[in-house]
Amino acid sequence: MNYQYNIGCSLSNLKGIREFVRNSLKDQRVPEIEMSAIVLALDEMCSNLMIHAHHCNPDHMLELHIDIPAHGKFIFEIVDDGSLFDINEFHEPDLGNLVHQKRKGGLGIRLVKAIMDNVEYLKRDDKNVCRLTKVIK
Amino acid sequence: MVHIKRLQEDGADIISVIGEIDASSSIELDLAIAKSVGEGFKKILVDCSALEYISSAGLGVFMSYIEELKDKNIPMVLFGMKEKVLNTFSILGLAELLHIAATKPEAKKLANELSV
Repeated sequence: MNYQYNIGCSLSNLKGIREFVRNSLKDQRVPEIEMSAIVLALDEMCSNLMIHAHHCNPDHMLELHIDIPAHGKFIFEIVDDGSLFDINEFHEPDLGNLVHQKRKGGLGIRLVKAIMDNVEYLKRDDKNVCRLTKVIK
Repeated sequence: MVHIKRLQEDGADIISVIGEIDASSSIELDLAIAKSVGEGFKKILVDCSALEYISSAGLGVFMSYIEELKDKNIPMVLFGMKEKVLNTFSILGLAELLHIAATKPEAKKLANELSV
């Protein structure tokens, strides 16, 4: 099964992204805790891209693809043509430092890395593809 | 979309968070806590029983107040969290940095103990 959703880079569209992910996985017998974590990871990746690569410009578009193969390895892709925002190159600040500095950011990437089994980037048709993989046993 | 209500009980400010907190709505949680602190409350309880979802933007708001509240000796206790929401805090280890109770009476008790 393949699902696709195209959305503009407005933070008000995050709710729609969460609903799309949840609806796409609803027949896959994903336990609720895992389902919520996957929805969260996609929200985090999309909001990061919207903010850092597209400056919340609603005319810029993101494409979300969900590929559900038979063997429990879920593949989520976010396709865009903004500047590349590679979370693997992002230095995660120490939690204690974030608290000390009263910073509100820096947690989303931690969540994504903790939830997903793999995060990789590739180019396809001159666009950036962020591919997130999650295996559900 | 989030809806935030504040009411006071036994000298504590109770902030009820209803709905979903993401990058578009976390500012409302931030404003509510800032108001509570600004109005001089010495105990803040956050009712999360109707909180359906929180992303890192909301977690970041709670985290950004840890130092300030510690300096001002104002305990903030979150309570009534659904398992899926609590899991988000736990993934990051934030459940250990914040005060979290299961029920309102337990939250009040914990806030009283912390404010001694």
